[in-house]
Amino acid sequence: MSTITCPECAAEITLEAGTEVGEIIVCPDCGVDLEVTALDPAAVQLAPMEQEDWGE
Amino acid sequence: MQRRLKIGVLCSRIRVEEKWIFGALEKRGIDFDRLDDRMISFDLDDESSWHQYDAVLERSISYTSGLYALRILNAFGVPTVNTVAVAEACGDKLTTSTLLMKAGLPQPRNLVAFTPESALDALEKLGYPAVVKPVVGSWGRLLAKINDRDAAEAIFEHKATLGSTQHQVFYIQEYIEKPGRDIRAVVIGERVLTAMYRTSPHWITNTARGGEGELCPVTPEIEDLCLKAAQAVGGGVLAIDLIEHPERGFLINEVNHTMEFHTLQPLSGVDIAGEIVEYAVNVASREVVQ
Repeated sequence: MSTITCPECAAEITLEAGTEVGEIIVCPDCGVDLEVTALDPAAVQLAPMEQEDWGE
Repeated sequence: MQRRLKIGVLCSRIRVEEKWIFGALEKRGIDFDRLDDRMISFDLDDESSWHQYDAVLERSISYTSGLYALRILNAFGVPTVNTVAVAEACGDKLTTSTLLMKAGLPQPRNLVAFTPESALDALEKLGYPAVVKPVVGSWGRLLAKINDRDAAEAIFEHKATLGSTQHQVFYIQEYIEKPGRDIRAVVIGERVLTAMYRTSPHWITNTARGGEGELCPVTPEIEDLCLKAAQAVGGGVLAIDLIEHPERGFLINEVNHTMEFHTLQPLSGVDIAGEIVEYAVNVASREVVQ
């Protein structure tokens, strides 16, 4: 199980099993969206802001 | 020995739908690559590396990236789900409307103008309330319900001043007093797999905006209309959004070509991700003629 530190609020976050690179997780402390950029070792960065042409 | 099929999955942000699709590919033992649209590039003079894929399943979160990737892949002769023609038909609401119109299918009344003044004239003829939508956009973003002339003047001026050139296409739709819900149906190939009501007290019923899902029976009427709508935009893997008009019955509101189904799959129990993968495999093995 991997643990990462929120780049926004420094909270310790444990990634759930089955997490994928590219997945968005929400920091349970500050609520910011984080994109998982690596799994071994785990890394995240602030997720890009929603763009006008995003969606289905 | 026959070569194994290989599928490319073009994606960016990994939503639960993509995780389900990866799971469905793995379960079937299908060779696939994840292609992050933020990392790839195309050389129009060298298509060789793209021919390792028997098909590419497009799941980009950005309409623009997905559309242009499909355009290049189809030009290379790489089959895609969906095709660039279908993405073009669905990604732009005005293009969808024109195709539905050509097919003679029921849809809300739509007016189009290119300046705030002509948009205001058109709206005055249609009457209030009305809905103004960006021609490209999802998740209920930037939809405006306009209740009177004052609001119309303000919205049109804001769009003209603050928006990109695309916002100068004023796409105006009659406001429909729907029964607090709309319907989303999933069509894959020649089949309507399942459907749900999206219920919300807000006039925007999109589940991305908090609308809730409830299973909707696929009646023969819904099935027929959805299959015709899918055919009108070119067919493939599609989500059809229907509105129930109090007098005119079902109207086709939108057709989506890279649908989300995080609410519908668990609600219906239908393995939509698995069905998408099966369809992509059929395209890859040329069993589906596009």
